Amino acid sequence: MNATPPPGPNSVADVTAGLREVGYLPGESTALVSYLATKLGKPVLVEGPAGVGKTELAKALASYLGRELVRLQCYEGLDEAKALYEWNYRKQLLRIQAEATGTGWDAVQEDIFGEEFLLARPLMTAIASEEPVVLLIDEIDKTDQEFEAMLLEVLSDFQISIPELGRVESRTHPIVLLTSNNSRELTEALKRRCLYLWLDYPSLEHELEIVRLHAPDLSETVARRLVEVIGMVRELDLKKPPSIAESIDWARALLLLGAQDIDSDTFMETMSVIVKHRTDMDVVADRVGLKLGSPAGDVA
Amino acid sequence: MSPEDASEGLPARILELGEELRREGVAVGTSEILDAFEVLREISWTSQEDFREALAATLAKSQEDRRIFELVFDRFFFRSVEIAASREGIREGDLAELDELSESELDALRAQIAAAMRDGDEGAMRDLARMAIAAFARRQEGSGVIGVDVQRIRRALGLRAEPQPELPVEDPRHEGLPRDALRRFEALLRRELERSQIERTGNLPPSRPLGELDRALPSGPAADLAAVHRVVTQLRRRLATQGMQQRGHRRHAHVDVRRTMRASLQTGGVPVELKFRPRRPKRPEIYVLCDVSTSVTSASVFFLSVLHALHDTFRKMRSFVFIERISEVTDIFEHERDFKVVSERISTDAGVADISGYTDYGRVWSEFLVQVEDELHPRATVIVLGDARTNGRDPRADIFAQIASRAGRTFWLNPEPKLYWNYGDSVIAAYEEFCTAFECWTTSQLEDFVRALTRPVISAGG
Repeated sequence: MNATPPPGPNSVADVTAGLREVGYLPGESTALVSYLATKLGKPVLVEGPAGVGKTELAKALASYLGRELVRLQCYEGLDEAKALYEWNYRKQLLRIQAEATGTGWDAVQEDIFGEEFLLARPLMTAIASEEPVVLLIDEIDKTDQEFEAMLLEVLSDFQISIPELGRVESRTHPIVLLTSNNSRELTEALKRRCLYLWLDYPSLEHELEIVRLHAPDLSETVARRLVEVIGMVRELDLKKPPSIAESIDWARALLLLGAQDIDSDTFMETMSVIVKHRTDMDVVADRVGLKLGSPAGDVA
Repeated sequence: MSPEDASEGLPARILELGEELRREGVAVGTSEILDAFEVLREISWTSQEDFREALAATLAKSQEDRRIFELVFDRFFFRSVEIAASREGIREGDLAELDELSESELDALRAQIAAAMRDGDEGAMRDLARMAIAAFARRQEGSGVIGVDVQRIRRALGLRAEPQPELPVEDPRHEGLPRDALRRFEALLRRELERSQIERTGNLPPSRPLGELDRALPSGPAADLAAVHRVVTQLRRRLATQGMQQRGHRRHAHVDVRRTMRASLQTGGVPVELKFRPRRPKRPEIYVLCDVSTSVTSASVFFLSVLHALHDTFRKMRSFVFIERISEVTDIFEHERDFKVVSERISTDAGVADISGYTDYGRVWSEFLVQVEDELHPRATVIVLGDARTNGRDPRADIFAQIASRAGRTFWLNPEPKLYWNYGDSVIAAYEEFCTAFECWTTSQLEDFVRALTRPVISAGG
């Protein structure tokens, strides 16, 4: 972590270069929206299929800007207590029990509603932080609408009011990223407050670059072949199409095996790296495996 | 840069663009417009890509909106530029001076276009489109109808998506050109033709709102399956999570006394934390009847792929296709993941048309009832996909009523717009008494249906 965070970017090109430096190759719109987010301090809603690097973007932004990443993973039934803050009941109970019987209620109350007894959850952490942070609210579509409504308040004013303590205002302006897999429509009100970024599977050339970055020892031809095959697999109607992370895993696997080319044998052997469903494997073996042709050179 | 220093008319243009997006049904609020101005302050409006992306990030907040935004943005700024150009008297005419091309030069042009398409080089494609127009303007008179001209030029250039094996292997046309690039090139041709038409006449054709066609489900016989699939994938994801989501909405759970007591031991017998009994929504059991007769040919591709998606999601589901009689296709769907194979097998093996090939609803209902009578119960959902056109036969709504009364819920999806319901031999009114009928020919209508379908079945107890 840098001792002094670098000054904010001055142009879209700065963001592109900075993100590249930390190992994330942004597309054009990704860099632009990230730049706008740092400039305007508006939350960004990132949508797209699973595994295109939505979460990675937040991590990369954090490390590029030298900020801490605060992550709130959303799930079904997430509530304020888990997202904002919670009183540490057990500690409070202990405190009351340990208190000598003579102490009046007022003194105890003063005592048990102090910062000491507060458990800060991600949103609270992000807002109360001394240093500016990147706040990632992951898979917001998994929560229910009530939670979204609560979030609106936090996102527009960057403050949280705790009845017993008063208001906690943000000292710095966090960069907020919300990701969604689009499993339900988010409310208009939330969208209204955000910049919108749609991340899709990268183009062939772009993905090639990503794979080469993460598996630099893999030969150019194999990498290109790999990306082409991945493209073919994504065209099929699968339960779970391979994500970018899986392309990278596959590239590394091939590297370990020392593969010189992706022929049908290598493909069949390593397919499980990119396809993770029984039924999908059959389809992929059928459609893609056969097209690749048998190993060149050795005639059995 | 503040909007005031930007070119004089820019703020007005942005407002107009917002206005136009609203007309196309994109929810653009004042706050979005303000955001748009704010982001334009941060980026240079002279870079077209940045300008477009920045506006899109603030104005279009879903993928669908984004698609409409692209269409509107292109049309809007194209028109604005043309208005300004014709007011200022700027023309771009030099290329029209091109001499007639010889056959070999034409071949070179074809190869260049194919190469530009393969590389997805937008700038080169635009230049080549203008050259192609100029070349063909010499060879033959344009028909004056832009759509016809575009197709004529495309044919003359021999640009096809199908592979052309007679060409050498290194030629991009050997494998066939990518469809997207072809479409892109056609759009460029169209735009350049429009531009020259505007230059000739000196005024703009009236602007038309985006056709319903642009957003409607692709349902032509040559419908792009991929487009249908995109809709369906979305649907599948929704279905997969919907059941879970409902769980969160039920706040009035029962307290689980046992677990609460146990948890209270941690806090010295004070029940600080209440434990609730989890409530699991019951997944419905679904029976689907899908019409595959000729009158719904275009829609049945879509319906079948919806069926396909449903099969992925619901464990307990039986599907039938029908024309004159019904045939169960559950097995085909369960064992075959690929949609194309499914539709082929259904059209060859199902054996649903006996003699006339016309739908016979009466017979379908009675056969269905015989097959599933014992299985229907109040938690079952029956979905019928069809246009309710009986070809003059008896609708036998009485049998349908029996089915509906045994099943918990009955839905009808009709691929025809509501306007045509109950005209001619459509008897949907007779069935509507017993079921909930949805018109379903656009994506949003489909979503309405999905919402209704995944609403939890209200069951006694549990």
